[in-house]
Formats: sequence, C-alpha cells, structure tokens
Amino acid sequence: MAGVAVSTTINGDHVEYLCQPDETLLDVLRDRLGLTGAKEGCGTGDCGACSVIVDNRLVCSCLVLGAEAEGRQIETIEGMAHGDQLHPLQQKFLEHAALQCGICTPGFLIAAKDLLEKNPSPTEEEIRFGLAGNLCRCTGYDKIVRAVQDAANVMKGA
Amino acid sequence: MVEVTLWGALGQLAGGKSKVEVEAKDIRELFRKLAEQHPAFEPLLDRGIAVAIDGTIYRDTWSKELPEGAEVFLLPRLAGG
Amino acid sequence: MNFDPRYSGRSFSSVGTRPLRPDGVDKVTGRARYGADFNMAGQLVGRVLRSPHAHAIIKKIDTSKAEKLAGVKAVITAKDLPDLTDGDAAMFDTLDNCMARKKALYDGHAVAAVAAIDARTARQALKLIEVDYEVLPHVTDVDEAMQHHAPLINDAIFTEGLEEKPVKPSNVSKRTQYGHGDVHQGFAQADFVVERSFKTEQTHQGYIEPHACVASVNPDGTADLWVCTQGHFVYRQHCAQLLGLEVSKLRVTSSEIGGGFGGKTHVWAEPVALALSRKAGRPVKLVMTRDEVFRASGPTSATSIDVKIGARKDGTITAAEATLRYTCGPYAGMWAEIGAMTAFACYKLENVKTVGYEVLVNRPKTAAYRAPSAPMAAFAVESAVDELAKEIGIDPVEFRIKNAAQEGTRASYGPVYGPIGIGPTLEAVKEHPHMRAPLAQNQGRGMACGFWFNFGGQTCTDLNIGMDGTVSLAVGTVDVGGSRASLSLVAAEELGIDYGQVKAIVADTSSLGYNDMTDGSRGTFSSSMATISAARNAIKVLRERAAQMWDISVDDVAWEKGHAVAKGEKHGNLGKLSLKEIAAQSGKTGGPIAGHSELVADGAGVSFATHICDVEVDPETGSTRVIRYTVVQDAGKAVHPTYVEGQYQGGAAQGIGWALNEEYIYGKDGRLQNPGFLDYRIPVCSDLPMIDTQILEIPNPNHPYGVRGVGETSIVPPLAAIANAVSNAVGVRMSHIPMSPPRILAALEAEREG
Repeated sequence: MAGVAVSTTINGDHVEYLCQPDETLLDVLRDRLGLTGAKEGCGTGDCGACSVIVDNRLVCSCLVLGAEAEGRQIETIEGMAHGDQLHPLQQKFLEHAALQCGICTPGFLIAAKDLLEKNPSPTEEEIRFGLAGNLCRCTGYDKIVRAVQDAANVMKGA
Repeated sequence: MVEVTLWGALGQLAGGKSKVEVEAKDIRELFRKLAEQHPAFEPLLDRGIAVAIDGTIYRDTWSKELPEGAEVFLLPRLAGG
Repeated sequence: MNFDPRYSGRSFSSVGTRPLRPDGVDKVTGRARYGADFNMAGQLVGRVLRSPHAHAIIKKIDTSKAEKLAGVKAVITAKDLPDLTDGDAAMFDTLDNCMARKKALYDGHAVAAVAAIDARTARQALKLIEVDYEVLPHVTDVDEAMQHHAPLINDAIFTEGLEEKPVKPSNVSKRTQYGHGDVHQGFAQADFVVERSFKTEQTHQGYIEPHACVASVNPDGTADLWVCTQGHFVYRQHCAQLLGLEVSKLRVTSSEIGGGFGGKTHVWAEPVALALSRKAGRPVKLVMTRDEVFRASGPTSATSIDVKIGARKDGTITAAEATLRYTCGPYAGMWAEIGAMTAFACYKLENVKTVGYEVLVNRPKTAAYRAPSAPMAAFAVESAVDELAKEIGIDPVEFRIKNAAQEGTRASYGPVYGPIGIGPTLEAVKEHPHMRAPLAQNQGRGMACGFWFNFGGQTCTDLNIGMDGTVSLAVGTVDVGGSRASLSLVAAEELGIDYGQVKAIVADTSSLGYNDMTDGSRGTFSSSMATISAARNAIKVLRERAAQMWDISVDDVAWEKGHAVAKGEKHGNLGKLSLKEIAAQSGKTGGPIAGHSELVADGAGVSFATHICDVEVDPETGSTRVIRYTVVQDAGKAVHPTYVEGQYQGGAAQGIGWALNEEYIYGKDGRLQNPGFLDYRIPVCSDLPMIDTQILEIPNPNHPYGVRGVGETSIVPPLAAIANAVSNAVGVRMSHIPMSPPRILAALEAEREG
C-alpha cells in the first residue's frame, strides 16, 4: 500500500512523515516519531492512555488516523513542560503522588490540561466527569483529583 | 523432639495423623527427616511447604531454629498478587 | 552474614516522611519506558493466533501459506516449544498455556504465532494459518463443571485429597480441608444459625498496560529480554527452563511496569517471543492487544461458596463452616485452598471447618489477583457474619470485636497467632466519625474485615557510594507503586544522610543476585530489610576507612547520623568525618565503598484491615453509587505514608469495581462476550468518592523498622463491605457479586413477590 505524506505540527515543531492509510495517529507518534509518551492501553478509545490534543480538542490518538493529522496542531505529553520547567499539573501530580505505576499519567495530564484550559475553576464533580474518559487502576483517583484541584488553584494565582 | 502439626492433605499422606514427632533442630533438618520418615510427602515438599513457628510463617529460612516447646505447623506454600 | 531482623523500636528521621519519588519526573514527562516503549535494531513484530473455541482438539495446523508470505520471518507452533519441563507439572501447564499442544482449552488459547517485518504483514500471516479443530463440548460455570455429566477437561486429572482414591477422572483437581474443633457440636450449642450460598464472578486485574516484551536470542545461546513483569528473575528462570537456555545467559531487564496486581507474575507472551526470535534470528517485539489480555491473561477465579455460622444469644460464635468452589481455568491450581485458609482467619473460633474444591473450567488459567482468593471468601463470610449479628440483634462491629482473633488465638488455617491487628482496626472503625454520619433515604452503610498472609522471600540488594558521597541503590524487586522512594528513604535512614543523596534503581538479572517477585505484598517489606542490611555492611566499610584516615583502630570508630565519630578520650581532638568526606578519599583508602546484601526476608506477618462503606441505591434502576468509603489497615510502619495510602485507596477501588460492575461474561458458545474496557467496566473517576484512609502502625516484630506488607489486604474487605451496605440500603441480602443493576432489580423483585 502506498504511504500517505503528512505535514503537521507537533508540540510547536513542523513535522513531516509518511504513513499507511490505516495507521493510527498513536502508531505514528510511537513507532514513526519516537514519541512514546502516549500509551496504548486498549486501542478502542476506552482507556484514554493515548490522549493528545488536536486543534484544541482532546482526543484518543488510537481513534485518529495518522493521515488525519495533516495541517493540524497536535500537543502531546512530550510538549507539556517548558524546557526544564514542569507544567503546574506535572508538578502537582508529583507532589500529591497522583501516580503509582504511571502508565495512565501522560493521558491524565493531557486530559487535565484540556479540562483546566476550558474550565479553570472546576468543582470536584466537574473534575471527576472531566477525567472520566481516562482509566487508572492503581490510585482509586483520590490523589489525582486532589492534584488537579491544587494545580487549578496554582494556575489561577499565576 | 518437636511436635509438628500437619495440614489436611499432608495428614492424609501420613496415614490420617494430624501430628508427627520429629527430632530436628531447624527447618532444614525437619524437612530432611520428614522426607525420610514419610516418603509420600516428597511431592508436596517439592511443591513447597511453609513452616509456622509460634504463628510466624517461614517459607525459605531453612536455617530457622525450632525452639523447645514451640508450636510448629506445616502449611502449603501460597501464591500472592 | 549476621543480620538481625528484629524490630528495634528506634526513632526515625527519614522513614515516615513524604518526599517526591525518584522516578516521578520521567513518568510525568512521558519519558519513562514501559514494556512497549523499547525497540531493538532489526526488530520484527510478533503476533499470536488464538483459538476461537472454548474446548477443541487441535487436529492439524498448516503454516505453509503463512510462511510463504513476503515479510514473514518465522511461524511457530507448540512444536517449536518442545516439552523440557522434565516432569514438573506446574511448568508443563505454564508451557501448555503459552502455546496449546493437543487441545485448545479456552477461547483465546494461543495455538500459533508469527514474526514479520511489520504489524500488517503479521496480521495477514495469522489469517493464512489453517487450524483444523475438532470442537468439543465445553463448560465455563463452576457449579456445572462439578456435575458428573460435565464435559471433562483433562482425563489425566483425578481428584487429590479424597479419602478414597478416585477411579474416574474429574474436573475437580483437589479437595482440601482446614479447621479444628467439632462443628456439629458447635452448631448444637448455637441459638442462631445463618446458612447461605454465595457466588462471585470472574474478574481481571485490569492493569492498563497490556503485556509487552522484546526478545532477542542469539545463535550462541545468549539472549536478552525486555519485559514488563512483577518479577524479572522469576521470568528468567521460567523462560530459560521452557526454552532450554542457560539461566545466566538470559538477561532480563524489567521495564517500568504499568500495573500488575498479580497478573504479571506469570509468563504468557515471553516464551513465545523468545521462540520466535530464536527461529527468525532477529529481535521480536510482542505486545498483547486488550482483547488478548482479557481472553488469555489474568484472571481471578469465579466462585461458589456455602457458609454456615452459628452463635449464642450473647454473641459468641460457636461454629463456622464453609465450602468453597473456585475455578482454576483449565489447569490444576490451589485457589480454593487459599480461600479455605483465609475465610475465617479474622475470628476466634472453637469449631471451624472449611473445605475447598479446585474446579477446572474452559476459561483462561487463573492467575493471582491481589490477595488472591481472599476477597471472595471474605465476601461470603462477612455477609453471613452481618446477617447473624442482625438476627441476634447485636451491633455488627461489636459482634466482630467480641469474636475477633487475638494473640494466642488458633487461626482457622492452623497455627496460633502472635501479635495481630484485627482488634485495633475494629476499635478504630468503632470510633471513626464515619460510623456515626447520618444516612439519607435509599442509602445504606456496611463494614467488613479482611485478612491476608503477606510474604517475604529471597532478596538481593547492592548499595554503592559514589566519590561525591551520593548513594546508588540497586534492588531486584520490581517497583509497582513507589517502592524506589520508600527504599531510598530506608537507605537514607540507615546511613544517616539526606533522601536526596540516594538514587534507587531496579537492576537487571545480570547485575544482581536472584530476587523473588514483587508479590505477596513483599516488595517494600523484603527489599527494605535487604537495604538495611546492605547499608549496615557499607557502614562497616565506612568506619574502616575513617579509621585509616585517622590512623586509629576501627573499634574506636562509631557511626552516628551520617558521620564517623572517634570514640574514647584519647581521640578527643578528632572531629567528625562525614560520609561525603570519607567517600572523597575512598580511592586512597582501599577503593570504592559498597555494601551488599543477600537474604531471605521471612516473618512478614499477617495483615488485617476493616473497611466502612456508604452506598446509595436507585430503586428504579438498581444502580449503586459508593458515596463514602473509609479504609483502616495496619501497616506496621508506613515508610512513605503517601504511597501506603495509595495502596489502601487502590485496593478499595478495585474492590468497588469487583463488587458492583466487573465480570467475565461468557456466551453459550464459551466465548468471552466482553473482552474490552467498554463492556468490562472498571471504575472511572466519576464513579468514586474520595477514599479516606487511616494507617495504624503496630510494629512487625520481625522487621528492624517494624514494616509489614501493605499492598494486598485492601482488596479483601470491599466486596463484603459493599454487599453489606447495599443489603442494608435495599433490605434484601445480596448474595451474588457483582451487584450490577439487573441483579439488584431482580433481588428487589424477588423480595416483592415474596
């Protein structure tokens, strides 16, 4: 099968790649571009471990084709920190121990970033429903919710 | 001489006895003598046996001494998550 | 090596604090490398062909078409994994589970595998493999499998543990019995008797990271394996045995692990990847899909349990009896036996008897899941205990306190207990404000206790001191939830230095001696013991070096708060030497400074927890929400309290999922109907409340710091606590887990119809 030439922007950088028409954006990120921060937990859009932001919209990259990235702006976990400065959400996830195994963490951080950009002062309930598309099996979500609450407060003060 | 209590399956192999007496100073000697006295135990000894000494369960410390008058209880070796 | 593991009652400066974890930044930036995040040059993609049948004879496999497809580099079947198990029945079952030999025993059982240049070619190749099956009748239900007319899964299995040796093969591989006293006599003394049957459905550990590995076998017999596992040393042993490799020539590196909960204690894909690599002569990456994870890995047992408990009017239990039937998948196991051992372990009983039946069914091979087998037994027993308390008219907490096991009680599984924590968790629950909070309409409160054994085991650790005075700690127990932070705290504590000076890593199998798996709640318990021992050995060297630097006898050098101190009046003018100062001179005083430790960490001590749960049940839909949850558990000593809380919360959340939603659903055809997270629904963030925790610290006498394992016990009480809460909310005793909306509606309807 002939590859599709794609020109896109990932974490602010211009990127070009060839991919197969049936290849997912997640496969492209992980296998062609070496961006393995997005994880494949299910491949069916149920776990959110592969969450990325495409043109300001939170998506499961396993449900997007690599070819669909043409001309888009894509944000992944690898672009979340600025240089050596962690994003407040990253810092608060560390401080609250909002991760145990950490496999779901990149997806949660991307989803939480999207949530706080759209709703800077979420209630606990809004956080819980805002992150309901991301599965975590280790923490029971308690410390994740607290980390997001704390990060929201810090970001509002900034 | 220590009195060793066997769990059900081991007791059946010992001809229905729930307790046996063994002259042993530590777990290593206990296992060796049990295998000598009860050859039928061997497959179970191979699968792994834990020894509870006064309630504390030992799985691998074969050098653990069996104190005089201690309660010695054999248990199967279990899986954990 | 003389290492004294006894609890010393010391005070702490690092242990008990809550610093950031050393692997944290990698994990929040996406840099941490998990099983599927690693690649090798020239690597192929591996894929597994799985049986669509629950039970079938494999008459013939024709791989010729697949082999001819361009880009396919190897195709393997059971023939490429010959039986090298030498009579080891458990390893043979593992081998057969990795690749079916004569029969496919469950939907999803591996029958062949391919390695190809890319995923698409590998998928095409699977379609070209022709398998000729003779489909056999199957059985997936635990009670049906015990019937005489049930399809026989393995005609070489005769029930062990019966008084008379059976003449016919059976799906029951073993009967076991535990207990003491005389239950008939005990029930005769009872004023009240509760007798009830319970069922629980099969669940999966549900780790978010599917099994993944990269295998590379060289023609000279050396091999490398990168894999997500709870025990890379154990995987090395098993893979070497199954592949016929020499143990020391197979180097296994554990990746970061994306959850395990017992499910990554067993090899599935790894021997297959190694066999593919050996045949293809190239590295092979094999990553399971979620569908494969559900159909072929994990899960826990489905169970059917009968419980009978009797008590006097004054609330004293006089007898307790249970019969427990647990599925093992299609291979012999000891899952019901563990249920039989743990069922009544919380209580002081004169007369107790439990009988376990290991039942073979056409489902995936049962694997350990966090305190394996204990949650189902606790569900049945704690439900009956609650019901009995109600019949007697006594508060359920008081009833449990009255009958709780204590030091000197003969445990239902045999030995007499030393100091244990069931009483203190119950007293803490009795005093907890949660117990007095008001409840609204359709809400109910439940509580329940749980028990688990906890393990220690073989452990090996290295501690190396750099010339700048920083410390690298190499451990061999896989870090599943923050243990590198805890072990760094322990090293800092023992050496008397700052946490920030220590960096802990998980070493590969060629860099360190053998370590048992991170299972049985042993990771922090046993590796902290080995870390303390290694640090003490390093301190011995540090004292010797300080003695050299001062030119005095080592007997006059003590180690205090991270410094060498000269003892005795004649050395009064000598200042202290810090670890950093001694390390800086190490090249001139005898070379690098290190401490090593190899030991068996035994005496982990049993563990108890008591949970409280409030639920709200919608009587129209049968939908249940957990609105408040409290975990009380003994940690011995919480090394890093935040991660101890995390274990308590995580276990409770898994238990909530098990109690309310999660179950394997098989169709009449024996195929799994819900092998995905959409239909096998684990709790999401909006399903749960905050989970409150209370850490009790009753020191373990067999650990220098008093540490107990904490990982597993937290999943034992939830099924029962939630069932008691739901039963109290709706006024009907719930006896089938999960309590999904249809089951609750059916129970309500049955009650209305009387």
